[in-house]
Amino acid sequence: MNRFFDIPSDLQHSWLGLVGLHLREALLPVLAGLVAALPIAQLCVRFRWLYAPVLGVTTVLYAIPSLAFFVVLIDYTGQTELTVMIPLAVYSLVVLVPAIVDGVRSVPQETLAAATAMGLGPVRRYLQVQLPIAVPAIIAGLRVATVSSISLVSVGMLIGNQGALGNLLQDANSYHRPELAVNSVVTTAALAILADAALVGVRILLTPWMPRAARRGGPGPAEERPEPSVPALEGALEDGPQALEDAR
Amino acid sequence: MNVLHFVNAFFSDGSHWHGYDGIPARLAEHIRYSLLALGLAAVVGLPVGLLTGHYGRGGNALALIATAGRALPSFGLLVLMFILLGFGMVPVMVPLVVLAVPPILVTTYEAMRSVDPSPVDAARGMGMGESRVLFQVELPVALPLILSGLRSAAIQIISTATIAAYVSLGGLGRYIVDGLYQLDYEKVVGGATLVAVLALVTLGVFWAAGRFAVSPGVRRGG
Amino acid sequence: MRSVKCRTPHAVRPDPAVPYQHPPTSEPGTGIVTSYAKSTRSSTRQFGVVAVALAATGALVTGCSSSDGKSGGDPLSGGKSSGGSVVVGSNNFPESTLLADIYGEALKAKGIKVTYKPNIGSRETTYGLMKNGSLTVLPEYNGSLLAYLDKKAAPKTVADTTAAINAKLDPALTLLEPAPAEDKDSVTVNRETAAKYHLTGKSTIADLTEVAKDLVIGGSPEFQNRQQGLLGLKSVYGLEFKSFKALDAGGPLTQAALKKNLVQVADIFTTDPTISKEKFVTLQDPKNLFGFANVQPLVGKGKLSQKGVDALNAVSAKLDTATLLDLDTKVQVEKQDPLDVARAWLKSAGLA
Repeated sequence: MNRFFDIPSDLQHSWLGLVGLHLREALLPVLAGLVAALPIAQLCVRFRWLYAPVLGVTTVLYAIPSLAFFVVLIDYTGQTELTVMIPLAVYSLVVLVPAIVDGVRSVPQETLAAATAMGLGPVRRYLQVQLPIAVPAIIAGLRVATVSSISLVSVGMLIGNQGALGNLLQDANSYHRPELAVNSVVTTAALAILADAALVGVRILLTPWMPRAARRGGPGPAEERPEPSVPALEGALEDGPQALEDAR
Repeated sequence: MNVLHFVNAFFSDGSHWHGYDGIPARLAEHIRYSLLALGLAAVVGLPVGLLTGHYGRGGNALALIATAGRALPSFGLLVLMFILLGFGMVPVMVPLVVLAVPPILVTTYEAMRSVDPSPVDAARGMGMGESRVLFQVELPVALPLILSGLRSAAIQIISTATIAAYVSLGGLGRYIVDGLYQLDYEKVVGGATLVAVLALVTLGVFWAAGRFAVSPGVRRGG
Repeated sequence: MRSVKCRTPHAVRPDPAVPYQHPPTSEPGTGIVTSYAKSTRSSTRQFGVVAVALAATGALVTGCSSSDGKSGGDPLSGGKSSGGSVVVGSNNFPESTLLADIYGEALKAKGIKVTYKPNIGSRETTYGLMKNGSLTVLPEYNGSLLAYLDKKAAPKTVADTTAAINAKLDPALTLLEPAPAEDKDSVTVNRETAAKYHLTGKSTIADLTEVAKDLVIGGSPEFQNRQQGLLGLKSVYGLEFKSFKALDAGGPLTQAALKKNLVQVADIFTTDPTISKEKFVTLQDPKNLFGFANVQPLVGKGKLSQKGVDALNAVSAKLDTATLLDLDTKVQVEKQDPLDVARAWLKSAGLA
């Protein structure tokens, strides 16, 4: 174990370099996914009929294994970080759209009516009322997307050392150095937990009105709804009558 | 590159339909790995989730366990387990079970916690014992949510079981990994299509299971 | 080239000081709504924070992608190697990475700027990257490359092999001088199988004809449909094995699977230190399916200065099979870093 941080030269990075690379490969796609998810989710809220087909498409996208996604993209984007980041951005998008839609939809009618009565137009109402109230749901989605993104970057190792910390796994095997695999797993898990905690911190900052007590009492929706495919199919298969009921 | 063309070429090639590397054999392997992993994860996750949910204790501990479980990278765990344990099913089952336990555990806990307390109190008032309350009152009401946890776990397992091919096991990942090294996009796209279809069929199975297993009263209420 | 990097986004850098909290409940209840009414201004301000963060994100994303593309942040992304620097690639097995390090360090010793691109994948992938100019130099094995380019070729000498490759090679590529060092793919059986079927170092691949149907053969995934693989074993020797197990390119999976008898036959590289260690038996190849396998640099035509060409030819002149086996042992058994091993050997050979 004394060579724990002794990274083989073929990875061309120090341990810290790999950590930075890993965070970049994992987090940029989540941010890109968020930027794309906000307008898509808003469209789905605005035009209800759009939600079911969008969920259907995202469910199918989510069912594609990451490795296959990477390999097919090699033809377009080469064996690069971008090839790893595009599928991760898509997965993030798939997680975030239902999270945002549910969050925005959960704003009670009376609140919206009050906002309208105060003279807020649709844009201000969205930006100043619906979005802030949806913050907890959005952050819950971000947490799932971020943790899974950090985990999935490692698979990039298989497409020509594009897996950041995951690249340690190949060398652990090739050079018979199990400590490198331990390093990869532990560091990746630590990054995921830290990123998750950071998002919780962001949530607390952004929702000062939420009583602390509301956050206690067991695991919430991030775990309750770990994957987008869950709400997605619910939407696609079961929601027919329910959606109508929701629409009132 | 036309994805549909690859799909067509893959499935119309007769040699892909028989033998140890044929679609039926690889599909059967994939389903076998997935069922085994889901079964193991359910054996771990369901009882713990039911009991903690029933007694309303240990929610914080569960959240921690679930976060830790989700944070562990599946692919890294697979390679690490392979290095430590060598060939076999165990190195594949460890990451798949670690992946599947958090959704099952947490959803089951949440499902039990979200059961309306008044019928539970009524059942106790009628003199039901704790185990009857759990299995005859709480469980039927919580079942739809519990099934959604199992479904989520199943989908993740099916998609992730593809990495087993990296440590020389079979399953549909074989086509994806072989296709990568043979630069054979037909195999990659064909394998990915099979995985996606299997995932969608699984969603359908869970939907049907929900129809049959969930009591009509609960369904209407939910 | 990798020096052009985006910084980790600060906005989302994990803050270890924040303790774990439960995920929020996704259905903001009435409590939230009433408190919302009291804190409209606060949430407006908070929204500003979000907007700024998002804007920063956008800048980060676009900034990164453009820097990657334009400055050649990654030699494989643009499909062209960037000016001045020689890109040395390697396939996904340790010896290839070691050879790439040797070539790269030899070039550096002559003052040439070098970028490494190790562990890329199989020849099926790396040949394409050589062709489109993403890589400048790649350690190759002459006979194996020829079998990839021309399944029917059966050259009798090393010079013939080079000539045959040059005839089939992409016009953008050329071969430098081959080294005497050879590392072939081989059909190798483990100790149990050798004992069971009385196979010795004098036995040939043809001796498996009768028993192949009972044996599982292992090799890299690409072995499955290569001429120097299952295809050739069938067409040249008439062997059909019970099944094929996809492992890795002569790496730890293949070594372990053969040792544990999960496969009875495997494609093991002839320079593999485990052959002698585990008493594996490599079968003779009288029909020369695996041909010659001299280490030979494949380079992009006109991409390497004469100084660079001379440097690599000088490496080839000094690299023999015993040396290669010794260097492989240092990396794979003694766990030394390949770059250190490469530098040390170049120094001892007077090449750096």
